[in-house]
Amino acid sequence: MTDPALYPTHGQSVSPPEVTGVPHASPPVDLRERRRLADRDGLLAWLFLLPSVVYIVALVAIPFFLAIAFSFSDVTAGDPSFDWAGLRNYQNVFDDPVFWQSLRNTIVFTAVSMLLIVVLGKVLANILIADFHGKWLVRFLVLLPWTTPVALSTIAWLWLLDSVFSPIDWVLRELGLIDVNMYWLGKPDLAIGSVIVVHVWRLVPLAAVIMMAGLVAIPKDVQEAASVDGAGFWRRMFEITIPLTMPIIAVAALFGAVLTFTDMAVVYVLTRGGPTNSTQVLASWAFFRGIEGGDVGQGAAIALFLFPLLLAAAIAILRAVRRMDVS
Amino acid sequence: MAVVEVRGLRKVFDGGRARRRGSHGRVNAVDGVDLATSEGEYLVLLGPSGCGKTTLLRTIAGLEQPTDGEIWIGGHVVNELPPRARRVAMVFQSYALYPHKTVRANIVFPLKAQGIDKTERAKKTEWAAELLGIGPLLDRRPRQLSGGERQRVALARALVREPSVFLLDEPLSNLDAKLRASARDELKRFQRRVRTTTIYVTHDQVEAMGLGDRIAVMYEGRLRQLGPPVEVYDDPADTFVATFLGSPPMNLVPRDGVLVGFRPEHLLPETLVHGDDRLVVPFQVDRVEHLSGDRHLYGTVRGLGAETRVIARLPVTVTAPVEPGEEHQFAVHADRLRFFDADSGERTEPVSVRTGS
Repeated sequence: MTDPALYPTHGQSVSPPEVTGVPHASPPVDLRERRRLADRDGLLAWLFLLPSVVYIVALVAIPFFLAIAFSFSDVTAGDPSFDWAGLRNYQNVFDDPVFWQSLRNTIVFTAVSMLLIVVLGKVLANILIADFHGKWLVRFLVLLPWTTPVALSTIAWLWLLDSVFSPIDWVLRELGLIDVNMYWLGKPDLAIGSVIVVHVWRLVPLAAVIMMAGLVAIPKDVQEAASVDGAGFWRRMFEITIPLTMPIIAVAALFGAVLTFTDMAVVYVLTRGGPTNSTQVLASWAFFRGIEGGDVGQGAAIALFLFPLLLAAAIAILRAVRRMDVS
Repeated sequence: MAVVEVRGLRKVFDGGRARRRGSHGRVNAVDGVDLATSEGEYLVLLGPSGCGKTTLLRTIAGLEQPTDGEIWIGGHVVNELPPRARRVAMVFQSYALYPHKTVRANIVFPLKAQGIDKTERAKKTEWAAELLGIGPLLDRRPRQLSGGERQRVALARALVREPSVFLLDEPLSNLDAKLRASARDELKRFQRRVRTTTIYVTHDQVEAMGLGDRIAVMYEGRLRQLGPPVEVYDDPADTFVATFLGSPPMNLVPRDGVLVGFRPEHLLPETLVHGDDRLVVPFQVDRVEHLSGDRHLYGTVRGLGAETRVIARLPVTVTAPVEPGEEHQFAVHADRLRFFDADSGERTEPVSVRTGS
């Protein structure tokens, strides 16, 4: 291990320091030998970054560029050969009223869910930071919806909203509020509402935990100063807490929006886009068109529509966060 | 303006984890304190860290609920009232300015909470800003201010609603030493002008002596002594007060079950102490420190009681040469001696002390 040839110098060579006059001087050694792997920041950086770079390239970048390529091709499930099709796929997609319905639904679902997620998440976050007996159990239960896989929990909702056996209908019937079942997923309005409710139910815990972090970060004495200054609960909430946690709230909103916007599992499991495409969203429509319908080119064209919208929304929110002056 | 009074106040904290394991971790932060301010008084709560002074202040503000006892402000029991209904203003150690609001919005905040109309709000803000000399800063954010400016903004925010009581929690401890001296002076003049009852918490005896009309010395949750600065300094009620106040602290010499105490500045060379009731003691000096003109002499005295290490402080006007290793005859006036019980530390009756010479 002392062979200096094993350690080629990079650029300037580091000569061992003069050790004259020190009684127990060890023979001159190359100091770089004492560097362990953990001390070599440059190498470590690459080592740690590599898995995520591979992951992103393989599962995000390649599919993304593949989707762009497919959207200009006539690739179908039956005929995977690549032929240039120009803008024909886009033409077909735009001519299809279901696409516009899906686009509208995606935006409405996302906007409404995001609003509800932020408001309910904020309320929940306030409950979660309160000090009470058994708060750990409550926190655990609250987080469950977020930790359950979307498809699984949506199946549970499918049963909850069943046209015949829905426990929700049963409760309402027993309470005498309804005479006949609601057919939650059978009527367009109720189906839209149901999809939104499931999205909100699924994402509120995440938003709550994010906002909790923000609430905990507010200095306690600032809150106390406000209460000594005469501010009641609501004034403290709207003049102190919310402005101070605005960047965190925006991040929670961004998460809520992105995860609702890109999700197809809820719609796919719950309604399969129905009744008559009234709950169809871009993600599910792209899936039905491209995978189940076999028209990969059109599916890719639809799916690509998610990208600019999402990018615009993310940039808008992140810029707003940066402009906020709260420190 | 109002009188603040606490009666039999106790505050017990349950240690978080310890709650489940029994009574471990229970802290009697305030352990039976009776204390009353007088009208417009500047009362300083003085004590070392963890003596319960801040807890007492926070309990008066309503930020903590007392375990026992009553709090009276302006003739009413306020135990059940939330902080905002107590008409108190508090300045926090960190100032706790609202970081997202301008200085103006910070100062206006308590007025808005009171529902005062806009023109009146502007007028009062101007008044407070002018009183504290922060007019040019009104449109800045707290983070654009220096420590001293922040402190003044915090004071303005406290002052603007004309509270009946000011509660100040170590407001000078975040300032550097030079600024602290001028801020202390400002605080005192400011209180003289507004004449509002003020309770001021500090662990700094210089601040306490300089600011307080009266000083309440606290230790381990209890009130040890309450009195004007001179009284607390000259006639300490127990050995804790005697050694906590004064720098260097009071010398305590054990003698027959009592502790004989005297301040370092009263132990002087024999030639400077006149009169019949002086006590002359041999003082073996082993170290000399020069501190801002004064000389601090460290050494042992014999003859007063047990041989004990003591400190003498010679004012700058005393030029008698004293070198380490020498023994000199020093003397103390008998009426400067204070006597404490060796076991309890409480003040006791003077006992006759005669030295050899």
